[in-house]
Amino acid sequence: MIRLQEDKINVEDVISSVQSPDAGAIDVFIGTVRNQTKNKAVIHLEFEAYESMAIAEIMKIVSRAKSTWPILNISVVHAVGKLEIGDIPVVIAVSTAHRKAAFEACEFVIDELKKTVPIWKREFFEDGDQWVSAHP
Amino acid sequence: MVFQLLLFGITKDIIGNSPFEYKLEGENTAGNLMLQLSSQYPVLKELNSIALAVNGEYATNETRIHEGDEIALIPPVSGG
Repeated sequence: MIRLQEDKINVEDVISSVQSPDAGAIDVFIGTVRNQTKNKAVIHLEFEAYESMAIAEIMKIVSRAKSTWPILNISVVHAVGKLEIGDIPVVIAVSTAHRKAAFEACEFVIDELKKTVPIWKREFFEDGDQWVSAHP
Repeated sequence: MVFQLLLFGITKDIIGNSPFEYKLEGENTAGNLMLQLSSQYPVLKELNSIALAVNGEYATNETRIHEGDEIALIPPVSGG
């Protein structure tokens, strides 16, 4: 399951989507919205995506992961729109026969997602806002 | 060549609403488009990175642009 959604991400659903009788492990990464950035209080976030390309780029990452590790199932779900502190912008779940591959593949997918997938985070503060990572 | 440029994130603050009608002079390549955009909107050069996507794929300078292609300006991504 690879998708972007405006609705709250249901972590249980993402985990269920990768379950398999052949799996000995499911590794799950859950991103959560932190209440500060560089000691500045964050009020809320907004995520914007170039949806068709974002899905295509996530699929490329997933296929690279599948060619590197013996993955049974993998799901990547990313939220778009407004998120509050503690909300979940991203969930990645990977099932494998043995745990090491699940840990490694899950870390690879979130690391690569942050580099190439066209999704943008805007942080809102008491006194303004900023697009994250836009400037050096 | 005139086309609709898709803008996301900070590039909407810099250039305008998306899609943005844009006229490219000269060679129809991603490299030439990037050059023209950077000279018209020098603030783009202050970003951590800036890329173009043609039909949903990251473009290189040599990527050709054709009538009807979907062209998007991609500022530094920050998903996850």
